[in-house]
Amino acid sequence: MRLIPLGDSAVTVELGEAIDPDVNALVVAYANRIIEQGWNGIVDVVPTYRSITVHYDPIQWDLTALTDRLLALPCPYPHEAGSQGALHDIPVLYGGDHGPDLEGVASFAGLEPSEVITLHASVCYRVYMLGFTPGFPYLGLLPEKLAMPRLPTPRPSVPPGSVGLANRQTGIYPIATPGGWRLIGRTPISLYRRTGLDPFLLKPGDQVRFRSIDETEFERLSCEMAHEHDRPQQRPR
Amino acid sequence: MKRKRAQIDVVKPGWLTTVQDLGRHGYQRYGMPVSGVMDRFAAIVGNRLVGNPDGAAVLECTLKGPELFFRDDARLAVTGADLSPTLDGSDIPLWECLNVRRGGRLRFGTRRVGFRCYLAIAGGFDVPAVLGSRSTHCPSQTGGLDGRPLRAGDLLFGGPFDGDAGRLVGRRLPDRLLPRYDRSMILRIVLDPRRELFQDTAISTLLYSVYTVAPQSDRMGYRLIGPPLPRAGAHYFISEGTVTGTLQVPADGQPILLMADRQTTGGYPPIAVVISVDLPSAAQLGPGDTVRFVSCSIVEAQTVLRTRYHLLDAALPPIMVNRRSL
Repeated sequence: MRLIPLGDSAVTVELGEAIDPDVNALVVAYANRIIEQGWNGIVDVVPTYRSITVHYDPIQWDLTALTDRLLALPCPYPHEAGSQGALHDIPVLYGGDHGPDLEGVASFAGLEPSEVITLHASVCYRVYMLGFTPGFPYLGLLPEKLAMPRLPTPRPSVPPGSVGLANRQTGIYPIATPGGWRLIGRTPISLYRRTGLDPFLLKPGDQVRFRSIDETEFERLSCEMAHEHDRPQQRPR
Repeated sequence: MKRKRAQIDVVKPGWLTTVQDLGRHGYQRYGMPVSGVMDRFAAIVGNRLVGNPDGAAVLECTLKGPELFFRDDARLAVTGADLSPTLDGSDIPLWECLNVRRGGRLRFGTRRVGFRCYLAIAGGFDVPAVLGSRSTHCPSQTGGLDGRPLRAGDLLFGGPFDGDAGRLVGRRLPDRLLPRYDRSMILRIVLDPRRELFQDTAISTLLYSVYTVAPQSDRMGYRLIGPPLPRAGAHYFISEGTVTGTLQVPADGQPILLMADRQTTGGYPPIAVVISVDLPSAAQLGPGDTVRFVSCSIVEAQTVLRTRYHLLDAALPPIMVNRRSL
């Protein structure tokens, strides 16, 4: 374990050296343990691939007091670290306008586009972390064969729901943003529901499986999602 | 006690005016940026001057302020950048609590100093809280007024306030606590302990150079133009949590200063972090302004921050409220 202060209001606790499911399971369990303490003045706890960033109010805490408390926390038990998050089935319309890079990825990998789809959908991915935009999951590990670097120039706008890949990761863009990942398809499922009480579909440590769908199914699910959006979910004030 | 609320028409929106509070905390682990005011000190002072708790929602006005028409009596304070505010055509002082009468018109003119100005009104700006905050995060259309900057024709609502508290009017921030804004600022930084991420010359370059804020800078971050900071060649950096004030360094060596709307995680190695007490100064920099960095310890950074708020508390005590009613 290595403690890395980030300025005067955060500290990163590093639990491993590499992107590894066991290290990440420990990260998620340890982050949950810190959150459970409910310490006043701890404003955010952010688990990432192999470390946790703890944001604190520097008026209430000094670094030594915080690191003493963090180091005194018992390590999560192996069974906690090993617990699986929720399993999500994410339907994807691969290729065409929704996946403009599918052909490119296929020729890079020396495969047919249909083989890329089968391979991408064959793996149960772990949500290693969320970042970049609200609800954006970093999923891994992508089969080695599909590991292609990012686009040399990011697209100025990627439509929400786009499924992309970059190196050994795959991810889903929850909102329209610029993006440099190679886009192979699109899901009608909303990953960030801005009016919802719990707007984030995926949580760190969850599992994701992709399923190939056709245009009709995509349209049907898109309509369903739109209806769900119309329903007021925000608690009246 | 007479409880009142104010309604305010947005006649002109200004260049970029958003509703902000002290930020949306607790959701960074889901990738939700914190957002909130860029200049925390100015926003807190504005709120205290009008009798609000520190976390009440204010308007953050950028470079060119809005034109607002008050349908009702209100109490306000303008803090932060001096964008030449006028009320019914007359100049008004910054950092002071004022009354505005029903039918009053608040306008802004040219930028004198600073880049971001804050308008606090008694009762705060009343927009629905989303995930516990009224801050606007425009890229995800979250919070504030429908997740976007103000537009002409918008109607703003103030929260309820005590209309009789006339004793607050004329109250101002003591001169000794007034921040100084300049087109070139010195910011104190805590260096990242991982020296192996950069070549040996990077830190001296950072500490002995002047950097200019690039035009493509926004609430997410400032791109800084200046001598490049060479990264250690082969080191592969795994994405990790970021903090506001981080100076992260992409492959071209030109640092990016992460600000209020920063991404919660980042894959560029950090070389240093601007200390909390100096972030308000950073918030007042605009494109073309310059910055220099000096190194500071964490203990020193936290001590100056506590001293600053201790002095502020003595001059303008915070208004205590039940957190839930914010």
